[in-house]
Amino acid sequence: MTKTPLTAPPVAPAQAGAGGNPVKRFLSATEIDTRLLGMLAALLLIWGGFHLYGAIVNGNGAFLTPRNLWNLSVQTSSIGIMATGMVLVIITRNIDLSVGSLIGVTGMTMGILQVDILPQIFGLGHWSIWIITCVAGIALGALIGAFHGWLIAYRGIPSFIVTLGGLMVWRGMAFIANGGKTISPVDSTFALLGGGPGGNVGATGSWIVGLIACAGVVWLLVNGRRQRIKHEFPLRPIWAEVTLGAIGCGAIIGSVLLMNAYPLPRGILRQMDLPDDAFVSHGFAIPVLIMIAVGIAMTILMTRTRFGRYVFAIGGNPEAAALAGINTRWMTLKIFALMGALSGLAAIIASARLNSATNALGTLDELYVIAAAVIGGTSLAGGVGTIYGAILGALVMQSLQSGMVLIGFDAAIQRIVVGVVLVLAVYLDNLYRARTK
Amino acid sequence: MTMNKGTPLVEMRDISISFGGIKAVDHVSIDLHPGEVVGLLGHNGAGKSTLIKCLSGAYQKDTGEIYVNGERAEINNPRDARNYNIETIYQTLALADNLDAASNLFLGRELVTAAGFVDDAQMEAETRKIMARLNPNFRKFNVPVSALSGGQRQSVAIARAVYFNAKILIMDEPTAALGPQETQMVAELIQELKRQGLGIFLIEHDIHAVMDLCDRAVVMKNGQRVGTVNVDEVTDDDILGMIIMGKKPAKAY
Ligand SMILES: Nc1ncnc2c1ncn2[C@@H]1O[C@H](COP(=O)(O)OP(=O)(O)O)[C@@H](O)[C@H]1O
Ligand SMILES: [Mg+2]
Repeated sequence: MTKTPLTAPPVAPAQAGAGGNPVKRFLSATEIDTRLLGMLAALLLIWGGFHLYGAIVNGNGAFLTPRNLWNLSVQTSSIGIMATGMVLVIITRNIDLSVGSLIGVTGMTMGILQVDILPQIFGLGHWSIWIITCVAGIALGALIGAFHGWLIAYRGIPSFIVTLGGLMVWRGMAFIANGGKTISPVDSTFALLGGGPGGNVGATGSWIVGLIACAGVVWLLVNGRRQRIKHEFPLRPIWAEVTLGAIGCGAIIGSVLLMNAYPLPRGILRQMDLPDDAFVSHGFAIPVLIMIAVGIAMTILMTRTRFGRYVFAIGGNPEAAALAGINTRWMTLKIFALMGALSGLAAIIASARLNSATNALGTLDELYVIAAAVIGGTSLAGGVGTIYGAILGALVMQSLQSGMVLIGFDAAIQRIVVGVVLVLAVYLDNLYRARTK
Repeated sequence: MTMNKGTPLVEMRDISISFGGIKAVDHVSIDLHPGEVVGLLGHNGAGKSTLIKCLSGAYQKDTGEIYVNGERAEINNPRDARNYNIETIYQTLALADNLDAASNLFLGRELVTAAGFVDDAQMEAETRKIMARLNPNFRKFNVPVSALSGGQRQSVAIARAVYFNAKILIMDEPTAALGPQETQMVAELIQELKRQGLGIFLIEHDIHAVMDLCDRAVVMKNGQRVGTVNVDEVTDDDILGMIIMGKKPAKAY
């Protein structure tokens, strides 16, 4: 496998002999995953398509604007976070249909906790309310996920059935929890986690994040090269290393510029006692930063820890994993617990964004999450998948969704398109795998 | 060589295991001494793989006892077996197809850095070292093992068993997927390991290989042990007679 940490072992490109074709030579020297390129191309196609359609048909290309792309990034967060967990579930040949309902029940529980219970104990607006709420929500998600995992691993019930049951049960629980009534508004600090007013880090904050990320990219490349030298493995040519660094840092700086190009609206400027014509950047939204942090943590988990290695091994050959002394049942339980915890985290973002908890929160999310993971290259046959792929997949799904809203497709058409795209993406993926085998 | 005295490396006593009424292994006892190669023979379905899986921790015996160096051993899972320095090359190879050679070699026993992260570079370096010894032509270190030939996969499985300083090695049809040249390499490896004092259970169909490599041969049929022979005291026809007809020659015990 390549030693670039962002690439999971199974889909790492072979170090094929450099062909005569310059494109091929570039790809093999830089060891860039061609699937990643394919997904980026698909994304650009979708973005460009919606923009052009808007420009030509509606006379207003609203897609490729800082405002829309900023919103897109926020909308992607909760699905993206869950998709990273779904990768592990699907890699180990399971499925989790309950994540949308988990959002409902954890969101509702957190709503009750922070609005009805905690203020009575600590007083309204106490600083600890949002922290306790978040911890409780994530813990509840993990607990429910662990229970699912236990039924699957230790009681032998197929994950499809357990989580289909979970889909019904937890949605029902979400309703019962508050008699079907919506809870609103949530704690004001909690609300920031959804990226609503004030839930962003501004221009300076974004630059700090961006520069840290660039430093991270450079460190990864330098460290990777040092490792290869130490073990006398073949090295990437220097120009390839530099190109990779430039692409990585360029993408990061580009997104910082983009996020900073979207100013706060007038209403908020007035609240801040600023003149109407002041330009104050949004910068990265907090939920987006949470998603990025989750993505990095999950990537490290999958590519740098034993846990991740075992996830792949179980997916590749469960019997071999067991014979190698891996406790596959315990692993399954932990994977579902992790999926549940991530659903709890996604519920924080979703309910914070709405500034309320409703029993319908997260409805149909399971389908988007599964679609995101699968579009991102996670194989339903097990054993193969990447975290960055799933996040990109979530971005693709969300781009389709919000693009269609933007150009005025109604809900029926939206569903048809999303359904067709999912099937088509998996088919294309089959072709890709057959060709690169 | 053949008259083994002293404590056996492994002794499996009166092992039985059945699957849904089928007695896959039926009161079988075998033992193995240091530096000895014991062949396990019998038709497909005779129970050879099942018997050794009780030793490797893949299956849990219904009845019977296992002794390692004369002491009662509790082997309830593959990890237990590994702790007794028992390494196994399974008939199915038991490789995770989606992982590369190094990840398979170290599966369940990954090398980690000081910070606790898997040390892929170190594992690949170690894999390169042992492969240079076992299969010098092996080059495919950075691809999933699904992309390897049968022989290359086999050498990964063998490397995994040999790398961790096994004292007891179980080889279940290790040459089934190999060509003549690679088969010869495995034979040489077995002889080298034997010289180093390992005890080896070798499941093998090729009667000539058995005559060449094994000190003793245990023949199984329908889950039962037909008999055990010292290989240099019998002919290959004697052994074939045991396998095919369950006929026990005079020298067998
Ligand atoms: N996990 C299992 N479940 C059910 N039956 C099994 C299992 N493992 C082995 N058996 C049965 O046990 C018998 C012995 O099989 P095996 O040990 O694989 O034979 P051999 O290795 O000698 O060819 C066969 O009848 C086989 O079907
Ligand atoms: Mg067998």
